[in-house]
Amino acid sequence: MKYLPVVAVVTLLAGASALAQTTPHNKPVSVDLPAANYEFKDGPNVNLARSRCIVCHSSDYVYMQPPLTQKQWTNEVNKMVKAYGATIPPEEVEPIVQYLMSQNGKT
Amino acid sequence: MQSRRSFIITASALGAWAASAGAARAANSVTLPFANGTRVLARYPQKRELIVMTSSPVQLETPFSVFNEGVFTPNDAFFVRWHLAGVPTTIDPAAFRISVHGLVDRELSLSLHDLRAFEPVEIAAVCECAGNSRGYSTPRVPGGQWSNGAMGNALWRGARLRDVLERAGVKAGAVQVRFSGLEKPVLPTTPAFVKAFGIRLALSEDVIIAYEMNGAPLPLLNGFPVRLVVPGFYSTYWVKMLNNIEVIDHVDDNFWMKTAYRIPATPGGNVDPAATGFATVPVGTLTIRSFITSVPDGATIPARATTISGIAFNAGSGIKLVEFSSDGGTTWSAATLGRDYGRYSFRPWSVRFEPKAGQSYVLACRATGNDGETQPATPGWNPSGYLRNVIETTKVSVA
Repeated sequence: MKYLPVVAVVTLLAGASALAQTTPHNKPVSVDLPAANYEFKDGPNVNLARSRCIVCHSSDYVYMQPPLTQKQWTNEVNKMVKAYGATIPPEEVEPIVQYLMSQNGKT
Repeated sequence: MQSRRSFIITASALGAWAASAGAARAANSVTLPFANGTRVLARYPQKRELIVMTSSPVQLETPFSVFNEGVFTPNDAFFVRWHLAGVPTTIDPAAFRISVHGLVDRELSLSLHDLRAFEPVEIAAVCECAGNSRGYSTPRVPGGQWSNGAMGNALWRGARLRDVLERAGVKAGAVQVRFSGLEKPVLPTTPAFVKAFGIRLALSEDVIIAYEMNGAPLPLLNGFPVRLVVPGFYSTYWVKMLNNIEVIDHVDDNFWMKTAYRIPATPGGNVDPAATGFATVPVGTLTIRSFITSVPDGATIPARATTISGIAFNAGSGIKLVEFSSDGGTTWSAATLGRDYGRYSFRPWSVRFEPKAGQSYVLACRATGNDGETQPATPGWNPSGYLRNVIETTKVSVA
């Protein structure tokens, strides 16, 4: 998997200590999250997955699922469009489902 | 009551089996016992190494061995579940405000200083994802494929939601209160994460706006600086980075209430996998569960008397009884309940067990609540994989 060993950083922003009554509760907190995994493996229409899916989520959302049927993947893609407002043109739904089936399909 | 000594003993036993038993383990990854169960292990800010289910939005699972460390789940091991990728990574508590508005006499804009001026209350409560253990649904269902680690127990400290609402003055005609936080969608077309529940629950004494978790500020990934704590209810309602409270005169119908987080309106929320067209309701209170934590599934244990221990919890009637079986649930005997930290908390339990050399055992535990509810011997099923609470079994062989 494509995770870099990222050291967790919790930084207290400059200036916070200037407040006389500063407690652990009112110091600003800033974190650096590890890089998300957007790697989609090669497969038919992978360019669509790489351009559409990663707008909202990492690729592990696909690979952690149990193998799903074509009907289930179609439901998932349609849910992304209808429920979550993904900007996927109707003609791309089937090619994306084809890609998902190639990666984690149950036939 | 479980002594400190027994915790130390079980902790050292944990070290002994960690290398040999449980989930298959390679460096920086773990394989949960279902298809596509291999996960990266990684350290996120303010967190120890956790199981990465997804990296954006971030979803991290607590390794199950953590539940043997004590009744309270450490903040750095507490599971993480965000819904939308737009989670702020910098929070300035001094600038943070909670807006209270809608059907109220006085709109409020509360600073954290204001919030701390309300009477502080503390409550031990289990925070569990409605989809905890979804990976074990049979047949499998799409969704977050958790093992059993999308839960945790913490001592929460904060202000009562009721006190805040009374300061604002709830007007007649209030039906629900809806809540949202700083979590934002990437696309303007994606529904904002908004949750709602009835005014009666909102005005009950146990719902709090928490600014502390186990005696410390919340980790950012668990909702710093404040999250809603709704004891007994699934964590979907425990809105993180809570900054918006609105009293409304109707039942909220946004996506996260009307479409997502729904269960069949059937006994136990169960349906046949082939069923269609059934009515649904929003997920609500926790099902009763219990787990063995002192020994993992598949372990080899020595042939000498030992203590098997674990946890049990439910939606708030409290745990009346935990029973233990070493023959897969054919015969049961009562376990000893440990210290009671409150009716919404994990309740520790333990039992003496004398394994015989060369034998294999299927250990099981079963909790019964003060409301009489107990755990089923066979798992229920619903299309979203919610509410799992089947009797868990732990197979061990004796050296």
